Amino acid sequence: MTDETIVHHPAPPFNSDGDPYVEQLLGEEGAADPTTGDVTIQNYTINFGPQHPAAHGVLRLVMELDGEIIDRIDPHVGLLHRGTEKLIEYKTYQQALPYMDRLDYVSPLSMEHSFVLAVEKLLDLEVPLRAQYLRVLFAELTRISNHMLNLGSHIMDVGAMTPNLWLFEIREDCLNFFERVSGARMHSNYYRVGGVHQDAPLKLLADIGDWVDTRLPRLFEDAISLVADNRIFKQRNVDIATVSREDAIRWGFSGPMIRAAGIPWDLRKSQPYDVYDRMDFDVPVGTRGDCYDRFMVRVEEVRQSARIIKQCLAEMPEGPIASLDRKVVPPKRGEMKHSMEALIHHFKLYTEGYHVPAGEVYVATESPKGEFGIYMVSDGSNKPYRCKIRPTAFSHLQAMDFMSRGHMLADTTAILGAIDIVFGECDR
Amino acid sequence: MRAPAPAYAADLNGETIEAATKALGPVLLRSQDRVGEVALYVAREQLVRAMTALRNTPGLEYQQLMEIAGVDYPDREERFECVYMLLSLTRNHRIQVRVTTDEVKPVPSVTGIWPVAGWLEREVYDMYGVLFEGNPDLRRILTDYGFRGYPQRKDFPLTGYVELRYSEEAKRVVYEPVQLAQDFRTFDFMSPWEGAEYILPGDEKAKLPEAKGAPSPVTADEIQKADAAKSPEAKAKQPKTTESPAQTGAGKADPDNKPEEKPRDPDVVPTPGKGQNQ
Repeated sequence: MTDETIVHHPAPPFNSDGDPYVEQLLGEEGAADPTTGDVTIQNYTINFGPQHPAAHGVLRLVMELDGEIIDRIDPHVGLLHRGTEKLIEYKTYQQALPYMDRLDYVSPLSMEHSFVLAVEKLLDLEVPLRAQYLRVLFAELTRISNHMLNLGSHIMDVGAMTPNLWLFEIREDCLNFFERVSGARMHSNYYRVGGVHQDAPLKLLADIGDWVDTRLPRLFEDAISLVADNRIFKQRNVDIATVSREDAIRWGFSGPMIRAAGIPWDLRKSQPYDVYDRMDFDVPVGTRGDCYDRFMVRVEEVRQSARIIKQCLAEMPEGPIASLDRKVVPPKRGEMKHSMEALIHHFKLYTEGYHVPAGEVYVATESPKGEFGIYMVSDGSNKPYRCKIRPTAFSHLQAMDFMSRGHMLADTTAILGAIDIVFGECDR
Repeated sequence: MRAPAPAYAADLNGETIEAATKALGPVLLRSQDRVGEVALYVAREQLVRAMTALRNTPGLEYQQLMEIAGVDYPDREERFECVYMLLSLTRNHRIQVRVTTDEVKPVPSVTGIWPVAGWLEREVYDMYGVLFEGNPDLRRILTDYGFRGYPQRKDFPLTGYVELRYSEEAKRVVYEPVQLAQDFRTFDFMSPWEGAEYILPGDEKAKLPEAKGAPSPVTADEIQKADAAKSPEAKAKQPKTTESPAQTGAGKADPDNKPEEKPRDPDVVPTPGKGQNQ
């Protein structure tokens, strides 16, 4: 901790002409800059977290404050480090997939998406169209459920209670859809290399269509109408932590953070994967790059996600939901009952797994939080030689220091909420 | 490419390599275009110059540094590889820039070009022990306060060396050497016909070269082949057979599966008792 002392310069020479009051002032140092009590003010350091409801997980911030103004922030991360990358090196590709769910546990399917695309790129594996549509559909549902949590907690961090409860209603609906398609509410483990695990029932797709048309817009627009033009909400967010375009690029921003800064960069548009190139959607962009812009960019993304979901449901073709390459995708249960070949493939795929040709790829997708990348090094065996995970939070949290400099202590929660951090992903 | 991976302007790969060769000159050691991704191998000492050129040269314009990944290849002379993922927003293109190093040779820091590199370099340092020269804040980042060792190195065991628990006696969290309740399980799922490192029972004979001439009445053990010096000795490790209970390994630890010899750590309180819950 550095001590900063207010330096008092001696008053300029002044002719007192014998006035006792002026004599008294001249004798007193710092009369030109009067303070009450102590003349030295020390900066002090406070510790925020690791257990703090507004830290969105286990984040420890060591803050240096000048009064209530933030001078410096040193985020300490890694309290949730579980060594995922090391563990993956000891697992086959299929066994490594569920670790992805546990990275960003708020948007698990987006994490799986990067992983399966990376392995498919190494394998050069074709994926049936229906599987690609299903993956895009559930990736967008994931985006909605992620933004529900983030928008709601951001609103709550700056003081409003009600919208969060309404938005959680939507998130709950999304989790129910995940459960109906994969069997698990949160850690779905639904995507597979070569497609998805199981086909979505027709009733589920019909229900999602109904929900997007009726329930989602009603609940969502109601909740957002409470805050979007709210005076208090704006006072807490507008012009807080503004980031210029240059800074957003230099600090490696991505996702809603770079779009709020005014750069129309969305990997779904610029580097489309799966069937995103067939989707018609808009990329919202901010104008000021402050916390309010980040909030509103996410709000608009929810509406665009709903558009994509509708298009997926309308255009999704019939057909297989996973590649028919039996050296990668295991056969279905029924086939195993009467085909020896299928039984052998099933056994080999669930013990040895498939071998991935040697090579290195970096595959990044647009997760709800930004660019989520997988750098996969394969040595030709059945286990990844190296699987580097590029978390979105790392670069955003690092920028926290310069973003919050000069703001008040109470703004920290708004800044953190607008970054959208989940520590499962940040710490890995 | 048949896989539905993110489609960036991969048709720019060729001209990117050309432009990079022109802009970097001798700094560029080697370039490759594999699986649709461009990788440039750059001389370590000249990394900052190369990165600046990659960012500022028109026609390259890699404005963003997205990630630095360390990779450990213990067999290589310079065992660590640092892979910098660069992204061009204007050209919609990605490349990887790679440098190699070892435990002592520092890599020049690129924090002067991209401040985001600060934490990314800290992570590589934390996980591999690669030093970055010029990084103003090269502390550990993900591991515990006071952690020793570099966990992502290939010679670091998956279990680590120490485990921690709350001690009721000391009223604090104490570190102890790892005690595994069961052996660390590594299954060999490789097909014995493709990747097995041991020789299957009976297979050792197949490796011997054919005897010259007609078969002789002497037994196989007595034969001195003319080219005995050249024929490779079949190295038959103990094959995986379980013919007696002694070979099953039941009830005893596999001596090969112990965690490696660990450095003495003054923070580690040696356990007085046997179990973990004394």
